[in-house]
Amino acid sequence: MGLLDLFSRSSRKVLVHLPSGSFTMDREGKIMTSTLPQSFPQQFTLEIGKQVLTCFRGAERAQVQVSEIVLQYSALKILARELRGGAIVFLMPQAGTNQPVKRM
Amino acid sequence: MAAPKILLLDDDTAFTELYREMLSKHLSSMPEVKTSTSGSRALAMLDAEPFNMLIVDLNMPKMDGLQVLSIVRRKHPHVRLVVLTGVRDEQFRTRAYAMGVDQYWIKPESDQEVGLFMESIESLLSRETQGGFRGVQSKSLVDIIQLECLSQSSCLLKISNGLIEGKIWIKNGEVIDAEAAGLVAEAAFQRILAWKTGSFEILPSDDTRDRTIQESYQSLLLNSAQALDEASASTPAQEATTRATFALADISQWPGVEFAMAVRGRKARDYYGIENPGPMGQWLEETIKNFQELGDYLQVGQLQEVLGTGPKRKIAMATLSGSQICIGFPATMPPEQLRDTFKKILEKWAC
Repeated sequence: MGLLDLFSRSSRKVLVHLPSGSFTMDREGKIMTSTLPQSFPQQFTLEIGKQVLTCFRGAERAQVQVSEIVLQYSALKILARELRGGAIVFLMPQAGTNQPVKRM
Repeated sequence: MAAPKILLLDDDTAFTELYREMLSKHLSSMPEVKTSTSGSRALAMLDAEPFNMLIVDLNMPKMDGLQVLSIVRRKHPHVRLVVLTGVRDEQFRTRAYAMGVDQYWIKPESDQEVGLFMESIESLLSRETQGGFRGVQSKSLVDIIQLECLSQSSCLLKISNGLIEGKIWIKNGEVIDAEAAGLVAEAAFQRILAWKTGSFEILPSDDTRDRTIQESYQSLLLNSAQALDEASASTPAQEATTRATFALADISQWPGVEFAMAVRGRKARDYYGIENPGPMGQWLEETIKNFQELGDYLQVGQLQEVLGTGPKRKIAMATLSGSQICIGFPATMPPEQLRDTFKKILEKWAC
């Protein structure tokens, strides 16, 4: 039973902790360097990178000159700077309120 | 009255059985409790029949609790959400509240903790069956104020509409003061009541607050209702266009504002100081939408604002009452001043 427990635990999905850290990506959206922990799923990193690059490229097409964006979510701040067609992205988890917020 | 229905989601079957029995037999409201051991099954059950409450664990295989919460909050906004988990992590607590849960409980480890948990569930359910005045999701701010006043409460209501905040002080069942968008007293009260969406917190009362509003709460609510009725006499489209035009004209006079744009759907675009409104509006709309979806995907709560910096100017973007707003500022403006100005502009816009 102990052996089975071991297998069942290893297949268990673990909640993803929001990390502090940064990563860089090239113009194709490929991750070049990262200080994010390995526990942070790569698909999350890739999705952040994809949306950041989409934003920078869309700005360029719309003739809005933007080289840095800061996204403020309730639980996370993301800062991204354009870097030779790619970007460097910083993740900063936010210590928010623990009070329940009700919606109207 | 029909018994309330609770859906209990946890991958531990022994746990769900134990709590199903406890909740169904020991709560005075005698709720009907159903269980699920997977997120996908729970979502299917919620689609198939109405539930009053979902109690959910966070750490589960395949689909974790945060993913379930994110979907349920969007698809079933009326369902009360309670997290019941062994995860003692402040970050997950913060994220769960950011996603709109009503309560976050660590799985009880003693009789006393079980008692407290059961009491809180009963309390949440009873608020729902009493008409949900404090249940809030489907109730207006007027309902909440009436409840606080009728119950002779003393409290501070803090109301948020995007980045904008308003406060209403209630003392011994009377509204004594209000503050919003640079206004105070009755003017602020009426302004807050005109907001159609938002969120609020009930905070402890502030005994030091002086009374600036002398009218009874019934009279205040009546005045506000009349003002809202008059405002709603115009069609929503007319109202939105008129408001956008006035707001942009006003915002263009604001010190430091270089351009402004408001987008409401594909065709409704109002702007000032922009040479290429078409591509700009499209980019604004797509950017906000993409980053809102990214927030859902990462389970990090609501997108509050997007700030951009370029060599010539800075821009600030946010969603307010269904419109995407974008304001341009000089590149030299310090970030704190920019945030402060943007917040004030949004307050003005909300008015």
